[in-house]
Amino acid sequence: MGFMNLFKHFLGDDWGVHPDDRKRPAADRPLRVMPVPEKLYLPLQQHLGGPARPVVLVGQQVKKGELIAEAQGMISAPIHAPTSGTIVAVTDITAPHPSGLTLPAIILAADGRDEWIDCQGCADPFALDPVDIGKRVAAAGVVGLGGAAFPSAVKLTGAARSKVKTLVINGGECEPYLSCDDRQMRDRAAEIVDGIRIMLHATGAAEALVGIEDNKPEAIAAMQAAAAAVPEVQIRPVPARYPMGSEKQLVQVLTGKEVAAESRTFDIGIVVHNVGTALAVRAAIRDGRPLISRVLTINGNCTNDPGNIEVLVGTLAEEVIAFAGGLKGDGIGLARRVMGGPMMGMQIPHWRVPVVKGTSGILAFDAQEVAAQEPDPCIRCGSCVKACPMGLLPLEMSARIGNAAYDEAVGIGLKDCIACGCCAYVCPSKIPLVQYFVHAKGELAAQDRNKLRNEATKKLAQQRQERLDREARERAEAAAKRKAEREAAAAAKAAAEAAARQAAETEGESA
Amino acid sequence: MIAAILSLTVLGAVLGIALGVANKFLKVEGNPIVDELIALMPGSNCGQCGFPGCSGAAEAIVAGTAPPTCCPPGGKALVSAIAAKLGLSVDLSALGDDGPKIATVAEELCIGCCRCAKVCPTDAILGAAKQIHSVFREACTGCEACIEKCPTEALIMKPVPVTLQHWVMPKPRLA
Repeated sequence: MGFMNLFKHFLGDDWGVHPDDRKRPAADRPLRVMPVPEKLYLPLQQHLGGPARPVVLVGQQVKKGELIAEAQGMISAPIHAPTSGTIVAVTDITAPHPSGLTLPAIILAADGRDEWIDCQGCADPFALDPVDIGKRVAAAGVVGLGGAAFPSAVKLTGAARSKVKTLVINGGECEPYLSCDDRQMRDRAAEIVDGIRIMLHATGAAEALVGIEDNKPEAIAAMQAAAAAVPEVQIRPVPARYPMGSEKQLVQVLTGKEVAAESRTFDIGIVVHNVGTALAVRAAIRDGRPLISRVLTINGNCTNDPGNIEVLVGTLAEEVIAFAGGLKGDGIGLARRVMGGPMMGMQIPHWRVPVVKGTSGILAFDAQEVAAQEPDPCIRCGSCVKACPMGLLPLEMSARIGNAAYDEAVGIGLKDCIACGCCAYVCPSKIPLVQYFVHAKGELAAQDRNKLRNEATKKLAQQRQERLDREARERAEAAAKRKAEREAAAAAKAAAEAAARQAAETEGESA
Repeated sequence: MIAAILSLTVLGAVLGIALGVANKFLKVEGNPIVDELIALMPGSNCGQCGFPGCSGAAEAIVAGTAPPTCCPPGGKALVSAIAAKLGLSVDLSALGDDGPKIATVAEELCIGCCRCAKVCPTDAILGAAKQIHSVFREACTGCEACIEKCPTEALIMKPVPVTLQHWVMPKPRLA
């Protein structure tokens, strides 16, 4: 440990972990483009927020890039046909999710022609109004390609509204095994820089800081060459350390500013986008092309031919693996299937799940990589406390969650946990710490939903009571009114009779 | 005259202060724990517990005359919440609760008689005479009030389906 590191250690600035990155040789292999598969499975929810609503009918012919499901609600994203073909069904398919539950999806049978619709590109994006750029990006269904899949247009327009000063471009790619951002920065640096300039124009930010981990020297060199003539785009190598690619950590390393608990980077005048998203924004504005494909990494000891592949959204993981040379020994030694990175990705139940917009990797691990081990009791060594990039106390939080004391866990910072998994990674007792926190967050969300539901129920019951009271009152009023009318009619009749009698009497008298 | 006014004023002031002091020191407070329990309960006043509404049940549970398990719509979640609040130990496994349930209409059996819609405490059943009825999944509290009213047994309690939006990562096994 050098002097500087020792100093940082005493300052408590040695957060995170240094896992073996295992990015090579996959990162050094050239990018492959996967041909169009026979069928594409397009989940209606590939992003954070409200699910998209289908706007096509079964049997309908669609062209490549045609809108097939529109955004619903403030935070949502539309979905476009990744190739030309026929809509076969709108049905439930297995979600790329650890639960193995289903979600609704549109199934598209490719016709093999791969025919584009007319794309309305824009030759000079810098003449466009920033609001217009936001609208075009939203219409193209662009979401954050780093993994969280947050609709990008919401961030762009939100950044313009809250007048951010700095655009941070996340090229950290700190997850081991993954190299899709690395590959794209090497191959498409000029396009990425162009995309960043469009994003700068859209957000109104003055400068863009591109953070790239120093374990990717080729990407840094390519990006520096591409950005040499663009002073507002600065390439900043950052130390390789997991989770450097986490928004709050990257912002702190690049700008020295810390994002406060339970607030966002907007609040300190910064917005963060992924490098892949910059490419998608460029394609949406320059070429008018929606987000229908992405680059992902296929890796893990069980794969025959690891590397980066450009695939259409909706392709089954099974077919991507087959294209990438299949699994060793037909998957005999396969111990775990993961979508996304090994630290924060999702374990999936089988390979027949589709690639979605946020899928950054398909990983096939053998038993040695998974290294499953029964947890031992906590020895209170504090390794997790030192590793936690958010400065939390994972051992204390997990003890409370173990006793179902969720409120106490929230009290000591559960809501600030970013679920990066550093704690579980360093734990010498192999306690699944981060799994506790993910569980607890789900449990708290369920409690909140229950609370809202209880309030709604009370309101409904109250409204019903009011309705019953009103109906009873109205019935009583109607009855009273009828009675009054009856009485009035009877009185009128009696009066008329009396008058007639009187008239008859007076007539008789006069006669 | 003045003597009468003065004496009555003094009398009124003294008695008023005495009443105020008595109100402060001899006050009979409503049990605050009952209010807390009412806040926990479903609040649809469905009456399945046999008490006049949720507040009645809450009072009985606090008084110990009713078990904390008396609320069917609340289910296991409510029982554990009440037990935690009152410091009771309840055997949840004996409860046989397999998650929340809601009513669903078997459309081939429904004759559109409206009897179920009339008893629903949250107006969760939609239907008109001789039209097939339907249950709003979001509004149904699973109180089962409608089940007995149906002449054709078209109403069935079914578990609430787990969706991606509601799924919670299971708790890891303890070391």
